Amino acid sequence: MNSIEVYGHRLTKSYGEHQALNVLDFEIIKGEIFGFIGPDGAGKTSLFRILTTLLLPDSGEAKVADLDVVKQYRQLRLILGYMPQKFSLYTDLTVRENLDFFAGIFKVKVEENLHLVEQIYGQLQPFESRRAGDLSGGMKQKLALSCALIHKPRVLILDEPTTGVDAVSRQEFWEMLLLLKKEGITILVATPYMDEARLCDRIALMQHGQIMATGTPEEIVSGFTKQLFRLKPDNTLEALHQLRQMSDIHRAEMFGEYIHLSTSSAIKSRAAVEEKLQSANIRYSLLEHIEPGIEDCFIELMQQTSTP
Amino acid sequence: MNKLDEIKSKVIVVKDLVKKFGSFVANDHLNFEVGRGEIFGFLGANGAGKTTAMRILCGLSKPTSGNVRVAGFDVYTQTEKIKAHIGYMSQRFSLYEDLTVSENFQFYGGIYGLSRMEIKEKLENMLNRLQLDAMRKRLIRTLPPGIRQKVAFSIAIMHEPEIAFLDEPTGGVDPITRRQFWEMIYETAAKGITVFVTTHYMDEAEYCDRISIMVDGRIEALDTPAALKQQYDAPSINDVFLKLARKPATNIQP
Repeated sequence: MNSIEVYGHRLTKSYGEHQALNVLDFEIIKGEIFGFIGPDGAGKTSLFRILTTLLLPDSGEAKVADLDVVKQYRQLRLILGYMPQKFSLYTDLTVRENLDFFAGIFKVKVEENLHLVEQIYGQLQPFESRRAGDLSGGMKQKLALSCALIHKPRVLILDEPTTGVDAVSRQEFWEMLLLLKKEGITILVATPYMDEARLCDRIALMQHGQIMATGTPEEIVSGFTKQLFRLKPDNTLEALHQLRQMSDIHRAEMFGEYIHLSTSSAIKSRAAVEEKLQSANIRYSLLEHIEPGIEDCFIELMQQTSTP
Repeated sequence: MNKLDEIKSKVIVVKDLVKKFGSFVANDHLNFEVGRGEIFGFLGANGAGKTTAMRILCGLSKPTSGNVRVAGFDVYTQTEKIKAHIGYMSQRFSLYEDLTVSENFQFYGGIYGLSRMEIKEKLENMLNRLQLDAMRKRLIRTLPPGIRQKVAFSIAIMHEPEIAFLDEPTGGVDPITRRQFWEMIYETAAKGITVFVTTHYMDEAEYCDRISIMVDGRIEALDTPAALKQQYDAPSINDVFLKLARKPATNIQP
């Protein structure tokens, strides 16, 4: 039996007229990496601030490790590790001083839990006496993660740790998260990058303060019911315009060098699409039937969900 | 093409660009050219030297050595001319959040020296093109992030610059708006405006005519996406990037 480590029940939050969270329900299982995936303005940060006891919900309930985020915030803060989106360490303190400071707040010795951050902090050790403000972006991020982990939190909450980070550093960061998962820490991570979804055990796709879908990446993908084709046209923009005018073409979107094309139920086979393309004189070098990715699903769900 | 046309068609010409900060070499002998109407993706890991080079191309910083011409002007002596002939937008700080959409147009139009008539025409075109008529009196900070970025882009090119520099224009933007944004980039390039763009989304690198990948202050690769994939025997630009930019941990710049 999987135990629920974090849950939210009918959570809402508004800022004036802007509804940041619109009745959120979710459950996160102990020891999993759970991704909240969505663009800016989806409500990810508001949700994480509520879960880290930094913001009160207007209504609804949330618990982390059986502790209520409103009534038991003091106990809860002791078992949480939180990495906000904005770099929030002391830029005037050195790398080591920052780590000592966070360990001190939680009344633990750095040495006690150093093994937990070894992989991450190891790369920073040559620069222990450098001020945090003088580190590069990737190194700041490693230090922030080390500081969030030094008290061995039960639940780790990461708000867009990979935004603005290059593809190499993003991959390294995810390798670190997979190591932490082995330590049994439950990890909540917010990201606008759809390709990071497949690295999570389960995900919630968010837009406009709502969760559009929840499940394993495989479950989300299996919810995509349309036939999807990948097309490599000679002229992308021209082909897009033409395709969008055509009947039985449900959607046509750029995906890297390809166009992803979903069809209505009238067109099921590659041959039928081929016929359509030929009748419109669209030239292409590749056409194949493909399985959808998370981004295909996200786009489809955005269309189904009403916008404010 | 004769010599003069060839020179004219290169809107960015960079020869042996070196930029040092103390002993640190941020740009190490960069060489590249960008043509008129080209979509040029400027990629690289964090700290590879992209921002430094981009600041030089925008006339905000001078090289230590090398020759750089942007829109036909010299980056050492004609920076004000350069600024008048380029547009710039970044992921943040591009618009005044406490002004409305139309006020931002008036403000930037004024700075670029456009007449009232021209500004009005540009504004109406944009509102029409993006179907944003209802938004003209909205404060920028009340707009969804994706719409804000589209407005910022429209403003960056309202004075019809020769080159538009876009610094991570689609960060945090939803997947539909991100694609609409790229369709705007295509339309802009088709009008002959060169688009010089940085991004961390590797699928967007595939949308560029050519891309360069910077590693440790040097340009390690420069070609069309298709040619780079072939050269590095990689299925996607993401894989090309990882092959080039991933280094042993001991080499990581602090």
